[in-house]
Formats: sequence, C-alpha cells, structure tokens
Amino acid sequence: MTQVIRSPKMYDVCVIGSGAGGGMAAKVLTEGGLTVALLEAGGPVNPDKDYKMFLWPYDLAHRGVGVGGRAAENFGEFLAPNGAWKIEGEPYTSVPGANFQWFRSRIVGGRTNHWGRIALRYSPIDFKSRTRDGIAENWPISYEDIAPYYDKVESYIGVFGSKENLPSAPDGVFLPPPKPRCTELVVKKACDKLNIPCIPARLAILTKPLNGRPSCHYCGQCDRGCGTASNFSSSQVLIPPALETGRLTLIPHAMAREISMGANGKASGVSYIDKTTLTEKRISARAVVLAASACESARLLLNSKSRLFPDGLANSSGQVGRNLTDSVGSDGEGYFPQMEKMPPHNHDGTGGMHLYIPWWKYARQNDFPRGYHIELGGGREMPGAGLFDDLCEEFEGYGAGLKATCRERYGTTISFSGRGEMVPNPDTFCEIDPEVVDQFGIPVLRFHFKWSDYELRQAKDMQETFRAIVEAAGGRYLTRTQTDGPYPFGIQPGGKIIHEVGTARMGTDPKTSVVNGYCQSHDVKNVFVMDGGPLVTNPDKNPTLTIMALSWRASEYLLDAAKKGDL
Amino acid sequence: MGDSKSAAKTSRGISRRDMLRNIAVGATAGSVLQMIPAKAAELAHEMIQKEKAASPTGKYAPKFFRAHQYQTLLFLCDAILPKDAISGGAVEAGAPEFIDLLTSENEEYQSSLGGGLMWLDNFCSDRYDHPFLECAREQQKEVLDLIAYRKNADNDATLRQGIAFFAKLRLMTCDGFYTSKIGIEDLRYIGNTALAAFPGCPALPE
Repeated sequence: MTQVIRSPKMYDVCVIGSGAGGGMAAKVLTEGGLTVALLEAGGPVNPDKDYKMFLWPYDLAHRGVGVGGRAAENFGEFLAPNGAWKIEGEPYTSVPGANFQWFRSRIVGGRTNHWGRIALRYSPIDFKSRTRDGIAENWPISYEDIAPYYDKVESYIGVFGSKENLPSAPDGVFLPPPKPRCTELVVKKACDKLNIPCIPARLAILTKPLNGRPSCHYCGQCDRGCGTASNFSSSQVLIPPALETGRLTLIPHAMAREISMGANGKASGVSYIDKTTLTEKRISARAVVLAASACESARLLLNSKSRLFPDGLANSSGQVGRNLTDSVGSDGEGYFPQMEKMPPHNHDGTGGMHLYIPWWKYARQNDFPRGYHIELGGGREMPGAGLFDDLCEEFEGYGAGLKATCRERYGTTISFSGRGEMVPNPDTFCEIDPEVVDQFGIPVLRFHFKWSDYELRQAKDMQETFRAIVEAAGGRYLTRTQTDGPYPFGIQPGGKIIHEVGTARMGTDPKTSVVNGYCQSHDVKNVFVMDGGPLVTNPDKNPTLTIMALSWRASEYLLDAAKKGDL
Repeated sequence: MGDSKSAAKTSRGISRRDMLRNIAVGATAGSVLQMIPAKAAELAHEMIQKEKAASPTGKYAPKFFRAHQYQTLLFLCDAILPKDAISGGAVEAGAPEFIDLLTSENEEYQSSLGGGLMWLDNFCSDRYDHPFLECAREQQKEVLDLIAYRKNADNDATLRQGIAFFAKLRLMTCDGFYTSKIGIEDLRYIGNTALAAFPGCPALPE
C-alpha cells in the first residue's frame, strides 16, 4: 500500500454493507435523490452461476457436502453464496469459555441471500419490556413509530401470513399463506389439544406476483437463492431498484477499514481496502451509514479512533460493542409413526415452514423473562447428506434391514426449533482484540459471551414443550439433552442462530446509548448505524424485518436532513 | 457444472438462464420461450444430465484408496445398503466414488476410513488368517455382525475401533446412496420441480 487512492467524487452518502439494512438504505436514499457509494466486502452475486435451484444432490460431485465434506458445517454447498463461520484471512477471537460463533457473508446482499425469510414484527410490548418486567432497557421508540415502516417493508418485499390478532405477534400486510404440509397439520392437531397456537408462518416469499416479481413456484429451495426472485433478498429486491436510479455506485470487494473525520467534527468519508488489488482507497461522503452487520459495524467504529474519539467513533458512551445478544436456540426432533402411512406426495412448498408456533405464554408467570417461538421442519423433504444420521445411530446394523428401515422412516420425523429472546448481560460483548489483525491489517473482534439463567431456563422450557407436542401427537421424542455442562437443554453456542444484534443500541440518553431513535449517532450527526446494531432488545421475532423497517425510517430521516442542508 | 453452464444450450437454443427468466415471466407474458414452470424445471434437469454426459467418463479410478482397499470398500458399501426388490445397491448408486472423493480431500477421513479398512484386514488376519475379502462368506458376516453394533464392545473392547470405523462408513454410505438418483427414487421423494400452486397435504392419516 504505497499510496492512498482518493476518489475525486464527493458522494452524498457512503453506505457500508449491502445486506438487509444497507440494501434498504441504498434504495431509499437513491430513490430520494441522493448519490450513494455502497461498499460491499464481498463480490457480486450472479444468480445464473451461483444459484443451485432445481439441482439434485447427484448433480454435484460432492453431493452437497463440499470438498472434503467441509461445506456441511456451513449449511452445505447448495445454499446461496452464503458465507461461513470461518473466513480465511479474516479471523475473530473469543475469550476462553465464550466460544462465540460468527457467521459472515461476503457477497452483495450479504446474509439475505440465504436467510430463512422469517419476517416477524416485534410486538408493542417488545419495545417496552422493561416497563413490564424491570429487566434491561426500553426502546426510545414505540410500536406506533415503526408500524408504518413495517407496513411499507412488507408491502414492498412481500410477506405471506394470516390475520390472527395475537398480542405477541402483530399482524402485518400479508399475502395469502400457502396450504399447510402434512407434518405441520400433525403438529397443529397436537397443539390444539394443548391450547398452543399453531398458525401460518410469516415468510418473505411471494404467494402472488408483486412489484414485477413472479409468485413462488414451490420448489422448497429458498435458501439456495431464487432464480425468479420470488423470495426476498437484498441483492435481488433492493439493490436493483437502487441501481436503476443511476445514483448508486456499488463497489464490491471493498473492506471498510476506518471512518475518517473532518476538521468540523463530522465524518468525511470511509477508507477501505480494495481486496482485488490490496490497495487502500477512500470514499468522500457527506454522511456515512454503517450496515456491515452489528458486530462488523461495531468493529469499524471501534477501529475508527481519532483525537476526538480515542475510544472509537461514536463511542463516548462506551456502549459500542456492548449489549450483544443472539437468539436463544434449542432444537428437538420427534418420530411420528402415523407418517409412515402417508402416501408419497410433494411436500416441498416454499423454502421454510408454512405453520409455526408464535410465543403464547405472554400472559403467564414463567420462570424466565421474555418469550420464544417454535419453527417446524422435517417430513418428506428432498433427501440429502445427513438425512439418516440419527436413524443410523439409533438402529445401527446394515443390510436389507437397514435399507427397509430408512425407507419406512423417511418423512416421519418433525423437527422443532425454539428461538427465544436473550436479555443483554454485562458478560456478553465484543471489543477489539489487542493483538490480532486480519490479512488486511485491520484489528479483529474479540468476543465475550455468556448465557444467563434466564436463557437456560427458557431452553429447558423449549425442550419440555417439544416433548409435550410430540407426545400429544402420539409420537416419540428423540432428542436427548444434558442438564449440565456448557450447553444444557440443547442451548446453542452464542452466535449460532445468526441473530447477533445490539452493539450500537439506540436510546434517548447519549451516556448510555450509541444512536438515537433514528439510528443517528449521538456524537457525530452524519454517522448512522442501520443494521442490527441499534436494536435495544432481541425479541423472539428474528431481526431482519425490523432491521429493514428501522433502516427505511432512518433513511427517510437522513433524506430529510439532507434536504434541509443539515448533513 | 458451474462454468460450463452458461454455454449449455438445448437443441432449442435455450440456456438455463433463459429458462429461469422464463419461469419469471410466467404464464402471463407472450414470450416465445413461454412454457409452464414444471416443464422448465424438467428442462433444467435434462440439461444438467447432458452436461454431465458430455464430460469425459470411463471406469472410475479411485483417488485415494489403493486397489485392494477400494475393492473392500465396494464390498462393504453393498453390504450396508444392498440391492433389493425395490432398488439397486450402494455401489450401483455411486456411494464408493463419493466416499473416495471426499476421503481424498480430508485427512481425518483418510485415517478413520483408510485406517479402518486396515484394521478390518488385521482383525480378519488374526482371526481367520485371511484379509477380509478372502474370508469365507460366513466369516465376513460374523465380522460385520460384530462391528455393526456398539453394544458388542461391552463384551470385547478390542472391537471399539472397528465399530467406530463401521459407524462412520455406514453414515457415508447412506449419504452416498440417498443423494443418488437410485436412493432418492427408493424413498419415493416427489418434488424439486416448479408448481403453479402448492397442493397441500393429500389427507392426514388418523
């Protein structure tokens, strides 16, 4: 890096990251008339080459598990260009015992290319949980503030669902839901007996044509990327309209390193490493939007030190990197003998569940705060590697008997994934590792992570509920979990659910929060954080829809400020 | 696959990308490429098969296992999932090629599977004076019956390594078999195609 190449152009806004938050910011800002430079640390996505829609496992030499079987740990090679738990040359560290897992996608569209498309609104109480239970913090905004933006996002990206009038799961602007699968009807019957609601899922998949995108064709492969853009991804739904304005400059392979400050106390641009040439380049902009993912944005702020901000940009509160949470995750599986009698039929449907179990015990006294929902899977899915791992463990043996058992048991198991709210705690945060840098010389993140008893008791409750549902359906619960050790009740290591948020939380008090209710830095008015960072709490609703709604709202605020000449 | 995909055209001159675009256009547009989504999915599969068929093929040459080991692997794969009245066996389904390919790329598999095959021959030589493949049919069955179940290690701890090896091979044979066309048809999976509407559950069993 002998010289820094400065782009002579001055952009209105530099957006860092092209996923849910950054893609939405790029769309709203360019459509509002601003010029935007969008930095993405990965390459462009090419649906023709990259998406594996309709391929059979035997169409790939490695049958979906990848070279040496190693793609399996990153959800297999069928998924959309999807990132990994470990990226060569770009490490992160965990303090002993933390074992935080960080899934990063270096690709235009980020993790929206492969995500589960679960698009749930937070409920009114989710913004004011502290008022109810005295734990953690309230949001500076209310459901009423964000609801119009939920409406806008759902209307634009397309979300199927049904009106249910449940306080814990507000209804939205929904396309009609697909019909339930057999497995889901079995679960629903059991849930009816137990007075547990089991309702149509809410997924960002089109069941009717919308905004020029055709309806789903029900191949069940959303996670592979959709050749017809019938599901939502930033790369196919947000970036194209932004490009069409002629005001978006998309810069792939650009690893943001530091936000630079001008003499006037405002951010003046972003320095980044061009990964293709390993040279440092610089973008000048009147405002900067960080949307690199909650932890990556925290890293960038913490690495942007200056005389004015010796502890990192926008970090006078010391809260950047703090309040990190992931979702509580615990999974289980049941065997349902009645499914053996099901005639073969097409079970694919949309990619993801058609029914789910929203949080239902909100009006009760539980031995843990906050809630969880349950996602359903299993049944006659396309066979793939690992399909009979559990069966082989259970039955062992070999020969005609093993083959007959596989045949009988195929499609008879249903999986349950509990996803719950973790409460921020002082032992869980990310900071700059004092010793380690990545291959670009950028100091990396070091994670601290601890589950508290709140989360462990919630995971226990999940396991008990899974068992109750399976048994009410006449099935046999197959999952065995430990009651002690580092991961009791099947609770996953932190980060595994890929819902990490909270590292630049919003609030009204600059002493205890990083950004205001419009995702704007308290310290530096032309710096915004529009990914999962500003989320004050991490309800059991999966963060993506809320990230997009907040990004849309904040981007309109930014547009307004630009019009007034406030940037 | 992959790089050659863009070059792949059917006799009608339609590329895979054209085909996907056509699904996107749907039944409302008047494209000459117009076809119903299910047909388009079928066409995609057909094109993939053609691309595969166009690549130079021949008898499979193992990438990792030595000839004798590979012969043993073939025997074991078909023992784990044999041909029956409904479908072919694991060898016909290509499981050994799949296992060999992955093993050639993974050092851990090389020691657990390569070493496991050596263990099997050592065990048989000690017990029957012959490597596994040269043992009598009843002897082969006896050994497999011993290493196919974990509980057998309760009586004889020396079986542990063999049991661990066989458990891994069983998983990989299932992976190879049930990701093959033969295995997927054996399970009577229906799908991986484009539908105009999802039909839902035919009828729930009581």
